[in-house]
Amino acid sequence: MPKARLTREQIAERAALELPDGAYVNLGWGIPNLIAAYVPSQVTVYFHSENGILGMGPRAKPGEEDFDLVDAMKVPVTLLPGGSYFSQDDAHVMTRGGHLDICILGGLQVSEHGDLANWRIPGAKGAGGIGGAMDISVGAQKLIVTMEHTAKDGSPKIVKTCSYPLTAIDCVDTIITDLAVIDVTPEGLVLREVAPGFTPEEVQKFTEPKLRHSTNVPAMRLQPR
Amino acid sequence: MTSKEKVYPTIDAAVADIPDGATIMFGGFGGAGFPNNLIQALARQGARNLSVISNNCGTGEGELGLLFKNRQIRRVVAAFPGPGAKYFQEQFDAGEIELELVPQGILCERMRAFGAGIPAFFSPVGVGTEIASGKEERVIRGKRYILEQALGADYAFIRAYRADHMGNLIYHKAARNFNPIMATAAKFTIAEVEEIVGTGKLDPEAIITPSIFVDRIVQAEGKRYA
Repeated sequence: MPKARLTREQIAERAALELPDGAYVNLGWGIPNLIAAYVPSQVTVYFHSENGILGMGPRAKPGEEDFDLVDAMKVPVTLLPGGSYFSQDDAHVMTRGGHLDICILGGLQVSEHGDLANWRIPGAKGAGGIGGAMDISVGAQKLIVTMEHTAKDGSPKIVKTCSYPLTAIDCVDTIITDLAVIDVTPEGLVLREVAPGFTPEEVQKFTEPKLRHSTNVPAMRLQPR
Repeated sequence: MTSKEKVYPTIDAAVADIPDGATIMFGGFGGAGFPNNLIQALARQGARNLSVISNNCGTGEGELGLLFKNRQIRRVVAAFPGPGAKYFQEQFDAGEIELELVPQGILCERMRAFGAGIPAFFSPVGVGTEIASGKEERVIRGKRYILEQALGADYAFIRAYRADHMGNLIYHKAARNFNPIMATAAKFTIAEVEEIVGTGKLDPEAIITPSIFVDRIVQAEGKRYA
């Protein structure tokens, strides 16, 4: 039986540890959407939504929804004290203009040069949709991608060159998966942590480009429960 | 000079003159801030062969979905048509609708540029992707950029929370989204609003869309459709 990789929730939990106190943050669809629940209690971050919200709070309680206050996934949310509303163009002044400290997006493929593909699977039915992902990827001070390490067919999602339509080139700083934390550096991909129970050699087997690492790679940190 | 009356008596009257082949912007995002009254009136009015500019392409029959269902639209500029845009997706897959897919912030910025009299601008978004295809690329201070064209329309259909009789607008929470930008980028902006108040009753410090950008105002019925 293959060893257990991290769950999507555990990837989110690990990613939440990358958020510094006081950061302005945008979270994308998929695993990133799970991250807000895992922000450590001693850390305060301010969530941005590209439809014009800064200081977005948790999902609205049943019966208290205001459908004029929704996040980018149409979910009714709340506004925290100090939060603000603005138009979509100002929301993207924040993304593209480099004002957001950290953005975390889902990924279909990430290349060893930090190129990201996350908006369309080739051959999929329908028109696809870019949404705000291209603006966010280009502008983020730091871009983290959270995703499963391999596709459903077992093929690597961390590749030498993306074969899927690109979201942005040379934009990803860190990749957090169910197997590893990997930094994209000018010298190539650096394996920073491995999932508990896995070795760097095992992670390399599921990764197309070469991973550089020190002799002792620590296990991925998860929060104490 | 005499001031032009901007408040229209009915929703249908506000869209009565929209011709076939018009280009129309529609505000709204994530179910919030859609001009659903105006959309339903346009469905009744029946203008066809429309070009639309909108973040997405409806949810079932809701929002823009009704106009796709009625086959009133032939061309779309959108950032995220959406998996729930049943009628759009069917017609897109059948090759019956032309789509220009635009990154969401660039959609905003192209409209903002048009409204501000800027014909085109260099942008870092989409460099090295299929979005850059056919666009002029230039290196400015060591970084690559592509040339994006301003985007205007004949009409903007928008939704606001409150208007005064002059056409000053304020919005409600995240229902603001694309509405203020679109108001600046169309020849005629038609706003459906939840409440119309007397001129001077809105706090000038709180006005988001100044009256100069608004041509017609109409009282919306109900909180929302869709």
